[in-house]
Amino acid sequence: MTQGDDPVLETRELSLHYGPVRALAEVDLRVPGRRITAVIGPSGCGKTTLLRCFNRMNDAYPKVRVSGRVFVEGVDVTTSEVDLESLRKRVGMVFQKSNPFPMSIRRNVTFGPRMSGVRDPARLAEIAEHSLRLADLWAEVSHRLDESALDLSGGQQQRLCIARALANEPDILLLDEPASSLDPISTAKIEDTLVRLKERYTIVIVTHNLQQAARVADFTAFLMAGRLVEFGATARMFTNPREKLSEDYITGRFG
Amino acid sequence: MPDSEPRVLPRPPLLAHGGAGVLTTALATLLVLLMLAVLLWVVAANAAVWFWPAPVWELELADGSRVVGEIVRREPARDGGLGPLLLKVGNRELGGDDHLAVDEAAIIVRRRPQDAVAIERSVGGEALGRFLSCRSLEGEAVPPGDDQALAAALAAAAAERRALRRERARHARVRRPLTEAEHAFERLRRSSAADAHDLADAERAAATLREQLRPRLETLEAAIRERERRLAGAAVILDTGAVSLEVGMATVERLTWSNRLGPLQRALHAAGSALRFLFSAPREANTEGGVFPALFGTVLMVLLMSVAVMPLGVLAAVYLHEYAGDGPLQWVADRAIHNLAGVPSIVFGMFGLAFFVYGVGGAVDRSLFADELPSPTFGTGGILWASLTLAVLTIPVVVVATREGLQAVPSSWREGARALGANRLQTLLQIVLPAALPGILTGLILAISRAAGEVAPLMLTGAVKLAPALPVDGEPPFLHLHRKFMHLSFHVYDVSMQSPNIEAAKPMAFASTLLLLVLVVVVNLTAILVRRRVRAAYRVLEG
Ligand SMILES: Nc1ncnc2c1ncn2[C@@H]1O[C@H](COP(=O)(O)OP(=O)(O)OP(=O)(O)O)[C@@H](O)[C@H]1O
Ligand SMILES: [Mg+2]
Repeated sequence: MTQGDDPVLETRELSLHYGPVRALAEVDLRVPGRRITAVIGPSGCGKTTLLRCFNRMNDAYPKVRVSGRVFVEGVDVTTSEVDLESLRKRVGMVFQKSNPFPMSIRRNVTFGPRMSGVRDPARLAEIAEHSLRLADLWAEVSHRLDESALDLSGGQQQRLCIARALANEPDILLLDEPASSLDPISTAKIEDTLVRLKERYTIVIVTHNLQQAARVADFTAFLMAGRLVEFGATARMFTNPREKLSEDYITGRFG
Repeated sequence: MPDSEPRVLPRPPLLAHGGAGVLTTALATLLVLLMLAVLLWVVAANAAVWFWPAPVWELELADGSRVVGEIVRREPARDGGLGPLLLKVGNRELGGDDHLAVDEAAIIVRRRPQDAVAIERSVGGEALGRFLSCRSLEGEAVPPGDDQALAAALAAAAAERRALRRERARHARVRRPLTEAEHAFERLRRSSAADAHDLADAERAAATLREQLRPRLETLEAAIRERERRLAGAAVILDTGAVSLEVGMATVERLTWSNRLGPLQRALHAAGSALRFLFSAPREANTEGGVFPALFGTVLMVLLMSVAVMPLGVLAAVYLHEYAGDGPLQWVADRAIHNLAGVPSIVFGMFGLAFFVYGVGGAVDRSLFADELPSPTFGTGGILWASLTLAVLTIPVVVVATREGLQAVPSSWREGARALGANRLQTLLQIVLPAALPGILTGLILAISRAAGEVAPLMLTGAVKLAPALPVDGEPPFLHLHRKFMHLSFHVYDVSMQSPNIEAAKPMAFASTLLLLVLVVVVNLTAILVRRRVRAAYRVLEG
């Protein structure tokens, strides 16, 4: 850890099996707060799986076995006493494939707060505007908040999902390839958004785009076949990787 | 494919590339569509007889006699030649049979007299003949040709009949407390537990009431008798060819100058017939009048069934799909529900009879209606038991359709909701069920269509040929769930198979069939429209 303060997200000897398939093997990772951490690695190496450990979304799958510990802000979240709903409100997630609900843009954005019992329309409108502004979508949708979210473009849908996660006012934001299906302009918009957000949020972003990782991430974790190969400051890792595997991957020799 | 000659080009693709298959399947489809068209045509054409006014013919026969009637059809002859004409002559009171076969060779003159009338009657079936004259309520004769006077006389008679009906109803209303007191006394007298003191009290109460009501009842009865007398004198006199027939105005429902109708009047007449058919009660052992009680019973039964089956079926489907895992127990539950769909409906009828009627109904009677016993209240077939039986019968349909609806909901929506901190119930109510609504509605449509067409289980659990009262009326508690009811499908079966007068019953049977068909189609179309509106919000499901 470069800073002295405690990590916001931490895994200790985290292993995860999907039935017989091992997706994560003894991952020890310490993600610092109010920074952007990129997770990179070849397809199928376990990036999504790792991300889903932080908000316990792997619970939804049958036959998943987890061993090791996962700490969120110092609290072990692998135990059964954890209140999943409040954990997931603190740890927002944007999925690899954007998944707006089949309802209006407004109702999409306010979904989380509504589920937590916010009823006041004025308050909800405020939350909607604030979150959409944060996700840099407000200007495009402010005049059509009551139209179906399914009518938005792919990039707009992805930013809507980011806004929806932000509306819960989480401390931590997990983004699974948020720019994978976007054009350079939308990608740049999302990257700007993330950089602005890191003042207040701890962000973990999975990406296949190494330039993107280099542009936005303060730290980078390199995962391969379920193992954490290397973790460190992005600048150092991209210029001077310690592991041979990392160097091969970064220089594009495989993956 | 064996082929002796070598060829340069491959065979044409008709057979090689599944051309035969395409042809066969296309022909099969054509056949299916043809069958559908024939079905619709047969039902509609046969039903049209009921609504469309037929011309009335007067035939002079070789033996010098005359007959008046509507030509129904040509009967098949034994030797393959032209058979006799089947004539509907009505006027049942003259000879008993209202249809007559006339050998065509014996007809010397046939004409359609302008003064021919067809009279629909509340009793005795149709009266047919040439108009001779008419006697009004006041006993004055209305000569032929004076159409205005005739119309006035008919209208006056109709008004008189309405007034009579109102007064009879008022009489029944005034008498009701007395009738109830008499019933209470009867019950006491029959029950072994009652002591002599109570019995005397009850008898005295009835007697007091009788004395109290006597003056009012007597006035009403006198008024009723006077109207009955006036109506009995009024009549339309017809020439039936053989005799002149007096048709009492007390029974005239509608008088039609069959041969004077223009196209527009015909259409109006048909529309009037359709309305009467829909909104009036059956007469003459269900072969005449309308089907209102059957229509009402069908709709109410289907409603009650939907109220019972939808929550149950949807909840079961939600449990099986959203909560239950893949254990052997779930597998058994799943298979059981699927197999339930294949069980013959009479089995459900027997189940309903044994479980609902005798079991539950018997228990209800013993605990809540003990003083009515031995005559059963809920311990006999009734609309509630029939509805519940059909609810059990349609559960698999609803469960299977709902599950399919649930399966069509993308898991990414469920995950998205859970990741935003929604709990399972919130996810279910806010995301999953709304998105599964098309499937749920499909289940409802299928259940309704099935329930509207079932006959066998209904016969065992409460559908009857003729119900004395509708299950809903102005008497508290307004909805009488224990009452027997009429049902369109059962009505069709009854009219077509159990009727003593087949010729007279046939159009009624087909008209009811057409109504059943229209009912099911309307339900389906409505549901399809609703489903489309719901789907518009979930376009993702379509792709
Ligand atoms: N629900 C599941 N059931 C079984 N195996 C799974 C499941 N999800 C993922 N896996 C397996 O776990 C491994 C890691 O998958 P994961 O989705 O974490 O990869 P990833 O790094 O996100 O890949 P990508 O970059 O292609 O998204 C893969 O081998 C995958 O096949
Ligand atoms: Mg992934």
